[in-house]
Amino acid sequence: MTSGSSARISLPAMAWLILGEWRTQPVRVATAAIAIAVGVALGFGVHLINASALTEFSRAIATVNGDADLQVASVSPAGFDEALYPRLARVAGVARASPVVQLTAALPGEAQGLTLIGLDIFRAAAVTPGLLGRPDPAPSGDPSGGSGFGDAGAVFDETAVFLSPALREAVTEGPSRRPALQRGAVLSLSAADRTVPVTVAGTLPGVAEGRRIAVMDIAAAQWRFGQLGRLQRVDLKLVAGADREAVQAAIARMLPPEAELVTRESQSRRSDSLSRAYRVNLNMLALMALLTGGFLVFSAQSLSVARRRSQFALLRVLGTRRRALLIQVLIEGGVVGAVGALLGLGLGVLLADTALRLLGGDLGGGYFSGGRPDLVFAPVAALVFFGLGLLCAVGGSLLPAREASLAQPAVALKNAGDAVDPSQRPAIGLALCLLLAGAACAFGPAIGGLPLLGYASMALLLAGGVAAMPWLARALLSPLQGARFSAPSTELAVRRLWGAPSQAAVALCGIVASTSLMIAMAVMVASFRGSVDDWLGQVLPDDLYMRFSGPSEAGGLDPAGQARLLTLPGVAGVHFTRSQPLRLSPESPAVALVAQGIRREDPGARLPMIGSPRPIPAGATPVWLSEPAAWIHGKRAGDWMVLPIAGGQKVFVAGLWRDYARQNGAVILTSEDYSRLTGDNLRAEASIALKPGADVAAVTARLKAALPADLAVRAQFARPGEIRAIALGLFDRSFAITYVLELVAILVGLAGVAATVSAQTLARTKEFGMLRHIGVRRGQITAMLAQEGALLGAVGVAAGLTLGLVMSQVLIHVVNPQSFHWTMETRLPWALFGIVTVALIGASAGAALLAGRRALSLDAVRAVREDW
Amino acid sequence: MRAILSRLGLCLMALLITAAGGDARVAPVYAPVTAGTPITFPRDHGAHPEFRTEWWYVTGWVEVQGGEPMGFQVTFFRTRPNVDQANPSAFAAKQILFAHAALADPAVGKLLHDQRVARAGFGLAEASEADGAVVIDDWSLRRGGDDRWRSRAGGADFNLDLTFAPTQPPLLQGQGGFSRKGPAAGQASHYYSLPQMAVTGAVTRGGKTQKVTGRAWLDREWSSTLLDPAAVGWDWAGINLADGSALTAFQVRDAAGKPVWAGGSWRRPEGQLTALGPADVTFAPLRRWRSPRTKALYPVEQAITVRLPEGPRTLTLKPLFDDQELDSRAGGGPVYWEGAVSDGSARGYLELTGYFEKLTL
Repeated sequence: MTSGSSARISLPAMAWLILGEWRTQPVRVATAAIAIAVGVALGFGVHLINASALTEFSRAIATVNGDADLQVASVSPAGFDEALYPRLARVAGVARASPVVQLTAALPGEAQGLTLIGLDIFRAAAVTPGLLGRPDPAPSGDPSGGSGFGDAGAVFDETAVFLSPALREAVTEGPSRRPALQRGAVLSLSAADRTVPVTVAGTLPGVAEGRRIAVMDIAAAQWRFGQLGRLQRVDLKLVAGADREAVQAAIARMLPPEAELVTRESQSRRSDSLSRAYRVNLNMLALMALLTGGFLVFSAQSLSVARRRSQFALLRVLGTRRRALLIQVLIEGGVVGAVGALLGLGLGVLLADTALRLLGGDLGGGYFSGGRPDLVFAPVAALVFFGLGLLCAVGGSLLPAREASLAQPAVALKNAGDAVDPSQRPAIGLALCLLLAGAACAFGPAIGGLPLLGYASMALLLAGGVAAMPWLARALLSPLQGARFSAPSTELAVRRLWGAPSQAAVALCGIVASTSLMIAMAVMVASFRGSVDDWLGQVLPDDLYMRFSGPSEAGGLDPAGQARLLTLPGVAGVHFTRSQPLRLSPESPAVALVAQGIRREDPGARLPMIGSPRPIPAGATPVWLSEPAAWIHGKRAGDWMVLPIAGGQKVFVAGLWRDYARQNGAVILTSEDYSRLTGDNLRAEASIALKPGADVAAVTARLKAALPADLAVRAQFARPGEIRAIALGLFDRSFAITYVLELVAILVGLAGVAATVSAQTLARTKEFGMLRHIGVRRGQITAMLAQEGALLGAVGVAAGLTLGLVMSQVLIHVVNPQSFHWTMETRLPWALFGIVTVALIGASAGAALLAGRRALSLDAVRAVREDW
Repeated sequence: MRAILSRLGLCLMALLITAAGGDARVAPVYAPVTAGTPITFPRDHGAHPEFRTEWWYVTGWVEVQGGEPMGFQVTFFRTRPNVDQANPSAFAAKQILFAHAALADPAVGKLLHDQRVARAGFGLAEASEADGAVVIDDWSLRRGGDDRWRSRAGGADFNLDLTFAPTQPPLLQGQGGFSRKGPAAGQASHYYSLPQMAVTGAVTRGGKTQKVTGRAWLDREWSSTLLDPAAVGWDWAGINLADGSALTAFQVRDAAGKPVWAGGSWRRPEGQLTALGPADVTFAPLRRWRSPRTKALYPVEQAITVRLPEGPRTLTLKPLFDDQELDSRAGGGPVYWEGAVSDGSARGYLELTGYFEKLTL
């Protein structure tokens, strides 16, 4: 076994080799580990946030829905005919049916809405017991008491309402500052255009924390909130062992267009699709960060292998097998990866926890509203991300490890320089193939609603760009090769970069990988923000905007009130709008059905149209779809579609318009068509043009005075500038995580560059000794190093910028439309380009300079002697 | 100060909104129970929705051929809660129907029971005003053209599919169906019974369906003000004697257990009816049983003595088994004891209410 033991490297020897290497190059190893850690942390953190948010979201849905097996739900707040309820109850396989009135409601002075549920408690008891109220204990001295059916009247009290704990707390502590809500406290509740005083009767113990739900009797809800004859939901409990598919099919056959069958699966698909693109995008960005980490490991390992060529050669001469060397280098990379990945998992949990607390489950993206989710730890995902981090590090070490094992020991023992012959032209074939494949992928379609090919394209472009670096560096430097420089330091710097192409390429890999990703993201965000800014200007043409606080379904201004506002002094014109959610399919989130004061001939006057509008066929009802609505539901201008309102309405898609506000899409009807089709002539928002010279404050006061009292309480006014600021603030908040990611990418990139350059510089101690011997001054060497670093940085920035710009176009024209369904125009963040250029060149030059100082502090003679 | 004023403003606004809502609350007006109201059939087999409360109460004994006897209860109730009568919603809870069914199988040792409750409407829960026909989802009690009543009720543990055929004409309780329930004039109900009904049908236990035969008792009662304020509950018994006689006895108790009112009737097989007043009926507890679940103490064994023209007659009622307590609180109902009892060949049901807490109707 002697030959076996000498063929392998013993454990202590291995540890000694690794630790020795790390002691000499702590910064570079640390940078590589940190890069892996950042990638793993981001990926894992984003995953945890999503998992927590989705858990929270489905819990929210489950709370509102109780524990129903199946549900028939209306596609819009208008509901469906209650005659459907007994028919559903009689379907074979249905054990119990519970009819529900469900409205979005508001309390005066509360910006956040609530869900008002009208229940038949007898039916709900069997189907959705979690929604049953518990009356507060009666105040002492109340004569009623005892058991039996005597207090049945209280249960059906038309004004009695049961509040979820969160709502009770909110009302108590909210802006209205009511004293702790006792049984019998009176609240005025606005929903479906009515404001009704209700009496607090008790609490909803079965409703989860954070949910804002009020439950009252179904008959009272129908009567008080104008829902006579209408239901928004029927919850169903199936007979044990019933054939689910058969029951669903039977129900589906009897549903009118206004209602749809909702199962747990379709609901979770809907909640999933709500934020799927957003989540996948963040995960992809995290994977890109991990990939950058892999490149940094690669460059760190390459340099370390290059530096230790003679060391490895010695080991080989002493009898170590090639394979053992390969394993040695891979293990080095693996240890770096494992340490980085472990660190990343911890960071990820920390990141997720902080983000959930500060930004909420959607990272400020606005997809989920309501309670703040608790962190849900995911052990499987932790393993996966740990594995990915390890894989990246080992993968990054593979090429250097091969190089170390394949080197001829006799040559390597003597020569510590570049293994690649500088006179050989670097190959470009592989890089070209990768780049071409990347370009081809960019033209591919979305897969399962996700821009997977877009991301593949970006990864291929990145790989191609990095692979092209040796060739590109040569190409970029060749003009300098022929030139003559007066300063010897410049001459030396250029020759050195020319003469050691693979060392230059390795340094450039890290620079290009991090720079290009960072630039791509920065260009995309800048383009998006610029487009949103422009769009805000287009959609906010008027001087003053009015809306009623709380959800828009809660109520609005009737036609008489609208006419009254128009006649007020100082008001030149008012455009009223109204929107309600409308579900076009059970699996996609609801679109907004919007009434807008536009004329069918000229929608462009108030809508940012895309393309020219289609002529509307005579007699047709036109709709204008927002970009996301058209994309999600597969419609183009000139198509016909059916809206599930008023028994199903065929409408003509007269044009598309740009909308960044509603990611799930919006369908616009003219105000007249909207009122005709929905029977709803109330308006919840108004955009007001003022007469020249009119005083905004005075007009606001007049408007407020002209509103009915219940609406006046809820009315909110804003100037376009304020709305713009709020909207852009929201934008920045939802991209906060992206900004953080960008900053991290820049810092990791800079650190990587600095570490690489300084390592390369330190490895050249004896070269500097030689130069000193032949009469080159210390200052000249320093200047040479600075110029080398700057040149390297410049080449890296040029390549990184170009690659980044190409990748940003993939993000803008492929990834974004495919995941968010909207388009934007490219904006270039010149200032950022400048900063990145200066920072990168400065970092590489500065790092070279600092390392050079250290290397030069050695005695020149000793430096040369170190060779032996 | 401003905050107070603004809150005051809000309150005033709420008041205004209420006022603007206009229609003041319309409370239900319950029909009074008046003596001399004739009882007619089949109309009075049907519901009387203008009254506050009403029931169709079937109890009886059945047995599988050659098997042990079992008791059963299939009872439908109608109540008219105090809800705003102006509410035009089809869901307005102007009438609530509920039903209990229980099977007293000595082999099980406690009641198997289930219940249904629903607001009347949509054809899912209805009580006909023309004839005996009450439906709540899959449960029903219907009188057919042949005068036979068919009931369907059951749950996860048991199922009852029984037909009741009258063997005697209806028994009008009190004075021609006007039955006093307390010392005050208004405390009364319209009350008739169908004793000695022949039972046929099937009982399902443990997934096994078996044919059964037996004797049952249908009580029909409707009222608006039944109980005296001092009353906490009542004891009631309806016993089919083997010779075709039928005993009805009830007492309304106060908190001390003393009778506030009592009454009943005795009908001989040939139809001679003796109405019993407060002085004619006494309940004497012989043995009590404490429920392990609710801790209520029920006099499950009682001697009922009635004064008949020919002299007093006592029936010593023993339960089929002790634990026949029915806890219907899950469905918003009371806790009571409703059990099969017998004295030799005289078999019937004893109902004990108000032993857990005061019963309100």
